[in-house]
Amino acid sequence: MSAVTTTGPVGKAVQVENVSLTYRTTFERVPTFKTAIVRFGRGERAVKEVEAVQEISFEVPHGTSIGIIGANGAGKSTLMRMIAGILPPTKGRIQVNGRVSTLLALGVGFNAQLSGRENVVLGGLAAGLSRKEIQERYEEIADFAELGEFIDMPMRTYSSGMFQRLAFSVAVHMDPDILLIDEALSAGDAKFKQKAAAKMKDLVTNARTMFLVSHAMGSVKDLCNDALWMHKGKLMMHGEPDEVIAAYSKFLKVGEDAFSLEDL
Amino acid sequence: MNATRVDEDFTSSVHVYEPHRAGLPRLGPYVRTLWHRRQFAAEMSRSNIRAANTNTFFGQIWLVINPLLLACVYYVLITILRGGDDTDAAERFVHLCAGLFAFYYFSGALTTGASSVVAGGKLLLNMSFPRLLLPLSAVRTAFFRFLPTLLVYIPIHLGFGQPLRWEMLLAPAFLLMLTVFGAGMAMIFATLQVYFRDTSSFLPYFVRMWLYLSPVLWFPEDAPERFESLMIFNPLYSLLGGWTDLLVRGQIPDLSLWIGGIAWAVAAAVVGSLFFMSREREFVVRL
Repeated sequence: MSAVTTTGPVGKAVQVENVSLTYRTTFERVPTFKTAIVRFGRGERAVKEVEAVQEISFEVPHGTSIGIIGANGAGKSTLMRMIAGILPPTKGRIQVNGRVSTLLALGVGFNAQLSGRENVVLGGLAAGLSRKEIQERYEEIADFAELGEFIDMPMRTYSSGMFQRLAFSVAVHMDPDILLIDEALSAGDAKFKQKAAAKMKDLVTNARTMFLVSHAMGSVKDLCNDALWMHKGKLMMHGEPDEVIAAYSKFLKVGEDAFSLEDL
Repeated sequence: MNATRVDEDFTSSVHVYEPHRAGLPRLGPYVRTLWHRRQFAAEMSRSNIRAANTNTFFGQIWLVINPLLLACVYYVLITILRGGDDTDAAERFVHLCAGLFAFYYFSGALTTGASSVVAGGKLLLNMSFPRLLLPLSAVRTAFFRFLPTLLVYIPIHLGFGQPLRWEMLLAPAFLLMLTVFGAGMAMIFATLQVYFRDTSSFLPYFVRMWLYLSPVLWFPEDAPERFESLMIFNPLYSLLGGWTDLLVRGQIPDLSLWIGGIAWAVAAAVVGSLFFMSREREFVVRL
């Protein structure tokens, strides 16, 4: 790909250059003493390599909202975690210009025993804000989540929708330059979904950059002006959402083998 | 990027992520980020304290009930073991309380610190922050759980007829060493537990053994003579010995206790934090 440069022009939010990530895992979920002995007896090696992301390169300018689509296990979440700086890549280089806020899983760092109000503070601090900045945003966050008096109740009393609404609200009010969202549009009821979509559109129009991992093609079409399609760790296509989604849908219909033949 | 942010250095700058070589992150930025995110660690610990015992009738009073019950249990134990020999019983009991409370502070920091990384799995997978915050937050939690027990200690000290002495004012020095030592040990065990999950099952026995090897149920000079030369290799011999000497008996501890305490505290903190930092980028893949 031509996107490989060492010093990118200003205005790029994220540059991903030839990035690969390989996990080395054992066959077992948890290595135990018993399996270690059995394996030793058979003379087997325990390590198995999983190539979660392979040789991916792309650039995203500021103000882009980019949808990432693909089947389960395609490496979408892994890619997001690398951009967020949580997983270091095995090969390649990622440059991120700006403050990243992640919405990879809802309510990370929340404590269900505490009230919504206390969790807003906790979640904000977890995301890297100072106490003062959280105070400034608190009203906005609480209004957006529409929890009413529930905001002062322990979060274990919340319905799952309410929990997600608050988590989503905290994440989008962190004032990030780059927002990473993994399947968060499923939060809440139909009304809140619309509101969430409107909020994200709002963020994008304010020249924020957004990464959206989604299986809902509708929301990718609706919100994004760029799209990536990943399959089994490889980047299959990068382009206009309509084209990428069309290609992906076709791929789903005709199946993998037919597609790769046609691709050749 | 908005230029109004004061903390631009940490959050609003250019980040480059490359394959890491085994070894330490750059210490300067790491420590700066750690300092910048201290409020998060503090809030995490505060919320853990608040969230604990919310479902119980006594609630936060358990922070005081716990040490009292603990003192009772061990008082019964040593009374039985000594077979009714009650020379200096009052001093013994006060010494027991002082040592036991400090020991439980240390063991609390160690055990919650050890499980902090593995227990924080979801947080680690979804947020990027210096991982050292997790064991440090656990140490802070242990410290704030320990503070009420100090308040319990004061009436015990006075009630059993022990005088107030100016030497008691020096005791916090040993408390500080104990804290630094506990933080270092928490980091070491937190790292070990990521690689070897059985650590959490071994740890309670290890801690219990350590309690009996330390001058908590016995006075430092009660140590059998043939072990006396080995005692300096038990960090808690210096740390708890110095603490109880100052707090209970108003003696200035031997120079060897001061040196031993400081040496162990510094060694544990340095080794622990370097070990933890050199491994922490691997944690996510291991969880």
